Amino acid sequence: MNAKKSKTEKDAKSERKTEKVKGKMKSATSRARNMLGRVIMGRHANGMHRVAITGMGTINALGRDVPSTFEAMREGRCGIGPLDFRDVDRLAVRIGGQVRDWDAEAYFNRQQIVLYDKFTQFTLLAAREAVEQSGLTFDGELGLRSGVILGTAAGGMNTWDENYRTVYEEGKNRVHPFVVPKLMNNAAASHLSMEYGLMGPSFTVATACASSNHAMGMAFNMVRSGAATAMLTGGSEAMLCFGGVKAWEGLRVMSKDACRPFSATRNGMVQGEGAGVFVFEDWEHAVARGADILAEVVGFSMSADAQDIVMPSAIGAERAITGAMLDAQLRPEEIGYINAHGTGTAANDKTECAAVAHAFGPHADRLMMSSTKSMHGHLIGGTGAVELLACIMALRDGIIAPTIGYEEPDPECALDVVPNFAREARVEAVLSNAFAFGGLNAVIALRRV
Amino acid sequence: MTDVRDRIIQIIADQAMLDPAELKPDMSPQDIGIDSMGLVESIFAIEEEFDISVPFNANEPESSDFDVSTLGSIINAVEKLVAEKA
Repeated sequence: MNAKKSKTEKDAKSERKTEKVKGKMKSATSRARNMLGRVIMGRHANGMHRVAITGMGTINALGRDVPSTFEAMREGRCGIGPLDFRDVDRLAVRIGGQVRDWDAEAYFNRQQIVLYDKFTQFTLLAAREAVEQSGLTFDGELGLRSGVILGTAAGGMNTWDENYRTVYEEGKNRVHPFVVPKLMNNAAASHLSMEYGLMGPSFTVATACASSNHAMGMAFNMVRSGAATAMLTGGSEAMLCFGGVKAWEGLRVMSKDACRPFSATRNGMVQGEGAGVFVFEDWEHAVARGADILAEVVGFSMSADAQDIVMPSAIGAERAITGAMLDAQLRPEEIGYINAHGTGTAANDKTECAAVAHAFGPHADRLMMSSTKSMHGHLIGGTGAVELLACIMALRDGIIAPTIGYEEPDPECALDVVPNFAREARVEAVLSNAFAFGGLNAVIALRRV
Repeated sequence: MTDVRDRIIQIIADQAMLDPAELKPDMSPQDIGIDSMGLVESIFAIEEEFDISVPFNANEPESSDFDVSTLGSIINAVEKLVAEKA
């Protein structure tokens, strides 16, 4: 009896304590908002620079540019279909979000193709669209103050695959002299720096499925801190080859028929390929030259689960989500849309919904969250970049991309996942989630201009 | 088929780092201490051992044709696949 009583007392006490801590945190946050939240022209009161997105480009299973990708997302079109490459008949998983009828010769000359793996080719095409839209030329000082940070998980996987085949299967003892510069993970970033004369901070991030979000978060911080004036950022992946899909098959988390995120009938992820590249630019610089600002990057946060190499953790994901909102000085109620990681695996989708429910409290039932992987597939290291497009479409066009393939509600994923049909809605701020194998999480926050 | 049975038990025991004698047919993978990724690894080892292909998707273990609810059901399913192959 006594023991029970003291436990109740203890609970009540700890509850009060939590309340007190909560109260303290709230006032500290509001003080921070007052101090840091003031924006004077293109600068925050603390001297940090605001960050504008002034260009975007892509190639993926839905289209070879942004307009065609947006159109497919609005229509809820599926870019996933039968895979087409050598030895596909030896695979158990034969579907993917492949860039159909890829003909590198249509875009690049022989000398370039010798040096560009498919993931570099995709990057260069996406960057071409983004830089053209931004209207920037990186001459003189701007070139010195601009760089490129890209994400990829596997880099030149097709080059590895083709050359392993040459030496192991065909028994040849000689490979092309440029195999290494073609397959290295930083090849795409380096080629972008050369193409546009970007001489500032440049590197490649590899954090599996969160690579692009980590890359874009780093680029955001480069511009925000004043270390760079403009950054090309995003990511690319081209893993749809025999060796790439065979490796994923081994994990037995791939679907053989469709990607159905959040649906009770989901049975795994489907791989995609392609790239997304953005121009992140110092706000004052963009305004001064009269650039069309597509959206503002306002926050970024990353966390590590420190738990399991493949199973996701709701706590780690929630920390990254909450961290991005704090960094952006956004209240949960201000977020209207989340582009979910939403892989369509049993484990990810329920964990992500739990994380969002915790991070947002009652507002979780009012916001929209969709997974566009249902349409373009999982671009692994490039996925966050293509998914940021859906965020920009939501902010700029007021159109929320749907989660297609949705068949049946899952009580463990009881959020508004915008099933099957795009929706019109005005949203002020959005988040884009990425939670990688290895428990590495990265969340970006954007705001409407 | 006892040979097949013993080889499966050995594979599962190795995965769980237990003595084969500790394993009972009515034990579930969880009872044995094998999580979902451990199960994927065990199935891979079984496929390699018997040169068979096991239909198993980690996203919907209960709805696969291959019943993984207990050690006994795994043994039955593998024995069937081995017999089909022969």
